[in-house]
Amino acid sequence: MEWNELLIRYGEISLKGRNRNVFVKKLRNNVKDALSDLKTVIIKSERDRMFLFAEDKNEMEEAIARLPHVFGIQSFSPVAKCEATLEAIKEKALEVIGADETAGKTFKVEVRRTDKRFPLVTNELQLEIGSHVLRSFPDLIVQMKKPDIVLHIDIRIEGAFLTAKVYEGAGGMPVGSNGHSILMLSGGIDSPVAGYLMMKRGVSIDAIHFASPPFTSDLAKQKVMDLAEKLSSFGAAVRLHIIPFTEIQQAIVSQVPDNVSMTTTRRLMLQIADKVREEEGALAIVTGESLGQVASQTLESLTAINAVTSSPILRPLIATDKLDIIDIAQTIGTYEISIRPYEDCCTIFSPSNPKTKPKLEKVAYYESFTDFEPMIEEAIVNRLIVELPLQQKDDFADLL
Amino acid sequence: MIYFDNSATTAPDESVLTSFIEVNKRFFANPASIHLAGKEAETLLERSREQILSILGAPNGELLFTSGGTEANNLAVIGFARALHARGNHLITTKIEHPSVLHSMRHLETQGFEVDYLSVDEQGTISVEELKSKLRKDTILVSIMHVNNEIGTIQPIAECARIIKENSRALFHSDTVQSFGKLPVSLSGDGPDAITISAHKINGLKGSGILALRKGMTPEPISYGGGQEKGMRSGTVSVADAVALAKAIRISATDVEQKDFRQWRNRLIKFIEQFENVRVLAPDKAAPHILAVAFYKVKGEVAVNFFQENGITISTSSACSSKNGTMGHVIEAIGVNGKFNNGVIRISFGKNNIEQHVVEFEQVFARFMELLGRGNK
Repeated sequence: MEWNELLIRYGEISLKGRNRNVFVKKLRNNVKDALSDLKTVIIKSERDRMFLFAEDKNEMEEAIARLPHVFGIQSFSPVAKCEATLEAIKEKALEVIGADETAGKTFKVEVRRTDKRFPLVTNELQLEIGSHVLRSFPDLIVQMKKPDIVLHIDIRIEGAFLTAKVYEGAGGMPVGSNGHSILMLSGGIDSPVAGYLMMKRGVSIDAIHFASPPFTSDLAKQKVMDLAEKLSSFGAAVRLHIIPFTEIQQAIVSQVPDNVSMTTTRRLMLQIADKVREEEGALAIVTGESLGQVASQTLESLTAINAVTSSPILRPLIATDKLDIIDIAQTIGTYEISIRPYEDCCTIFSPSNPKTKPKLEKVAYYESFTDFEPMIEEAIVNRLIVELPLQQKDDFADLL
Repeated sequence: MIYFDNSATTAPDESVLTSFIEVNKRFFANPASIHLAGKEAETLLERSREQILSILGAPNGELLFTSGGTEANNLAVIGFARALHARGNHLITTKIEHPSVLHSMRHLETQGFEVDYLSVDEQGTISVEELKSKLRKDTILVSIMHVNNEIGTIQPIAECARIIKENSRALFHSDTVQSFGKLPVSLSGDGPDAITISAHKINGLKGSGILALRKGMTPEPISYGGGQEKGMRSGTVSVADAVALAKAIRISATDVEQKDFRQWRNRLIKFIEQFENVRVLAPDKAAPHILAVAFYKVKGEVAVNFFQENGITISTSSACSSKNGTMGHVIEAIGVNGKFNNGVIRISFGKNNIEQHVVEFEQVFARFMELLGRGNK
């Protein structure tokens, strides 16, 4: 089946009023980015919907495969075009319906006759085309209310446009339409999911990761890069900041009592993240914290950790159960990456008995004996920045 | 030498050999290791897996690398019989399967499973009606080969798949060792649920094969160890073999039906049929690259030797059964007349053959007939 264009329907954007065109423009750019390597694709956006054309048939197929991952799209449908004559429309209708499984499905025909010169009126057309389709697909059942398949025919001056299949979009808002934030990306299961949910709400992200070489390996670093790359597949590039954290962690271990060292570690990480946030012009910090999941995620711990900054900290998973988080991780494809077994900086130095209810004053008191500031500055200056997705050359292509 | 024994094995493709050597040099690490070298090997292994599955039309399917067609067939038959035992203990196969399927079935019979062996007509084709009548509520596995290795008969596996799906809950495995690369083979749509492919039949390397499965299908293991391949096939995976196989599969999938095998086969049938006391087996329903011929009162071995002396390598009905001297089970199953059944030879084309080879074969064949005193009809 050869499609002439794709009709893209907006999600929540369509609820927007006077500032709608800002969101539409963002979505259009994101679609363009997601399809940047498809040379023949042309995008035309209107107030209520967007159209996508591709001369190359394979590129059209590829666009259909990628659009379900772009936030801000409610759904989209491939459109076939033909001459606006009854015979041509009848013939095209069979092709459009035949492109998919029909057995046992309910269906109806909907005609919009914008070009009023067309000889048959809407009702006659619906009847004529509906019965023609039924003759060729006897297993279809006609149903007016909520049918499985709506064959929509739009008759305009430039021709007739037919659609039937509806692909689900990812919903949400176009990434970047709701500002920029810093995601604390550990390599576990939760933080990528938190990043995904914020991206779905239109937030673009820079990710920050703490590495403690030589205790953590290059593989742990690769794992976080793969996670960030996965996130970048949801419609916007992701910059990953990898902070060298070894020196600070060793300082904590030697200066702060064991049972609060974890709290101090988190406080310093948050301070660093906040400084990077400021440098990058981001507004908020996103974490994958979920209440009560581990010692650092009790309300007492969150209070003690949060005290180092007044920037908004967004915790989209705070009230989500672990099993539900795992479900999302599996759907978005980060789970398989997150469960790779490499040690991260938190697991290596974690104390056996961290306090679940640390007292803010006590933690601050223990920290006051060490000047962490120069170490923090140094770590930020020495951070490694990786732009994802990586444009890497394929070492394996020749072998396979 | 003209090599007409490509159903026994093929010459490895040059680029497949290059890949094998390169991977052994550069990515020799164990793909299960967590260090960087292991990780690289694993990535390469998974890329091979993805490539093969996508060519087979099942990008979400499962793929197990094995030591060849025999192990893959054993794993399919015995592994699925064990895995699905709770559902029933009845299996169906045909009388003309490769020994790796037949003997696995016989083994299962000693373990309390019940097996029906479908008979075939004189062309080697099963009857789908018989298949339908043998399917039961407790049938758990049907294994039917796509193309027979001795006489080339193509079985109607798409129709079999449909009948099995409509009439039972059984899983459908097909041994596609002889058909892959010659006929369209796919795990998508109305194809089988599991297929076997062997590398060395498609210009790959010996000691390498796959069992490819639709999504979510898991046989019980038949060998035990480190739990590689999701626990279904233990043993360190040979990444180099996997890559070489992925390459051989890619090359042969794009080559399907490009050679003039069918035309050569028709030409030879026409040529051979002008002689007396010679018969072509399965003339109408066979794969393009296999031609089996039976001589009256002449041993196959004699013909093989004569052709050998004249520079042409052919084989008796199959390499597996050619050494033990008794009549093959396939020849028995298709009911070849007693005076013919010892004299079956097999000519099988491969991609190194050219039309001139067929011309030369005809000349030698004519001389052989003359020697036996069997002129034109």
